Amino acid sequence: MEQTKKKAVITVVGKDTVGIIARVCTYLAEQQINVLDISQTIIDGFFNMMMIADLSTAKIHFSECAEELEKLGNDIGVSIRCQKEEIFDMMHRI
Amino acid sequence: MINIFEVNETNKMVEQENLDVRTITIGISLLDCIDSDLEKLNQNIYNKITTVAKDLVSAGEQIEKEIGIPIVNKRISVTPIALVGAAACKKPEDFATIADTMDAAAQKVGVNLIGGYSALVSKGMTRADELLIRSIPMALCRTERVCSSVNLASTKTGINMDGVRLMGEILLEIAEQSKDRNSADCMKLVVFCNAPDDNPFMAGAFHGVTEADAVINVGVSGPGVVKNALEKVRGQNFEVLSETIKKTAFKVTRVGQLVAQRASKLLDIPFGIVDLSLAPTPAVGDSVADILREIGLEYAGAPGTTAALALLNDQVKKGGVMASSYVGGLSGAFIPVSEDQGMIDAVQAGAITLEKLEAMTCVCSVGLDMIAIPGDTPATTISGIIADEMALGMVNQKTTAARLIPAIGNSVGDIVEFGGLFGYAPVMPVNQFSCADFINREGRIPAPIHSFKN
Repeated sequence: MEQTKKKAVITVVGKDTVGIIARVCTYLAEQQINVLDISQTIIDGFFNMMMIADLSTAKIHFSECAEELEKLGNDIGVSIRCQKEEIFDMMHRI
Repeated sequence: MINIFEVNETNKMVEQENLDVRTITIGISLLDCIDSDLEKLNQNIYNKITTVAKDLVSAGEQIEKEIGIPIVNKRISVTPIALVGAAACKKPEDFATIADTMDAAAQKVGVNLIGGYSALVSKGMTRADELLIRSIPMALCRTERVCSSVNLASTKTGINMDGVRLMGEILLEIAEQSKDRNSADCMKLVVFCNAPDDNPFMAGAFHGVTEADAVINVGVSGPGVVKNALEKVRGQNFEVLSETIKKTAFKVTRVGQLVAQRASKLLDIPFGIVDLSLAPTPAVGDSVADILREIGLEYAGAPGTTAALALLNDQVKKGGVMASSYVGGLSGAFIPVSEDQGMIDAVQAGAITLEKLEAMTCVCSVGLDMIAIPGDTPATTISGIIADEMALGMVNQKTTAARLIPAIGNSVGDIVEFGGLFGYAPVMPVNQFSCADFINREGRIPAPIHSFKN
């Protein structure tokens, strides 16, 4: 149970461009954050990616990570959200 | 494991359908602050509120960041002040100093509203109750954040008609003193039948005497989410309609449950209840009336509205109850006029009347809410409207309420602006026939026969 609490869901939505996944993953690697799952689709011409990441070994705090990812998104020109997995589990699993 | 479609569904609810947690409200008992010295009492109250709720706002912001869902309001409710101040307050001015203290404490901890400037008088009024009620105009006029409520009736006790008569006069007094602001102070006062002890929503929140020292109550919202879900099943049968509302209400309430648990942990205060109300705002797409239209009515107020609302309210409860172990407060659909763009449109189109709204309150969670009426409405007529609403709650064993705004200087059809979350309201016509002789009788209406269950 404790482990799931350390999981975060990172979503990236925006116009498709070269190197989005690379830049997000590079950032995560720098912070010692392990990616557990990754899926990607194009919906209505928009790049849509979701990652499940394990923050238990991360060098930084969750809220810092969320803020920096948001900034990174602004640099690339896409929207990046980082949320704890709990919210999705609560909503979609009984 | 969670998949991309589920993640997108949740995020779409937040980004496009106005899903939010409407309020985290800490209920704080002030019973241990009681002192017969007024100054000491005020000091105790200030200290207790600012200690218990000191981290409320920061905890709210942290949760918001973690789960990515806006928490719109952080609020406080306290023990009804008529009880807390009874030993120290000898005149209405004394009670008003407690309102000042509540306002200052709320400002200190950074919450926008604090509820509990209240009296529970469903059977009779103590001297303190009456002093508090008479001090309400003064208290609301000189404070910014204090909300007031009065419980005038219950299924167990009947209706305190002396209280109902008094509240008609008090409401007009409040309207008159805030007439330069479109009588806006009236929005901070609500009268109840069967008021819940754990309601997190303002203006009616207070911390009941049956509650623990401090509790966290959370109010969720999400009319936009329900409406969008229903768009996808347009034209389908009632089973599909009901099922869709239920599933959506489940998801929305789960968010509230998570927020309540997190807040409880962060603040080290026990979790009380989740109030699974559909609470609209004036924002486009955040309207309960729009759900009724999506169900198939041209406007809220058309024939069939009461049935549609009954279905909506019941399915919201069924979905919500499954999502949280402790559901309480008002829980259901709110149908305020000024705070709901679809409801305002219905009034302006001539589709809905005060009488239809009254019928709708028989099947939804609250009552006549945020309704502007002409400023020249006699106090006895206002009391008559309140009495009707109390009777509905008393007989149907449910909470009902009235939050009326006699808009001084305005007549039917005028628009009164309140600003922000409160929106604006068209002044609605009121039945012109008198009920003065009825209201001027003294005493109380006895409890209904079905209250005797012992």
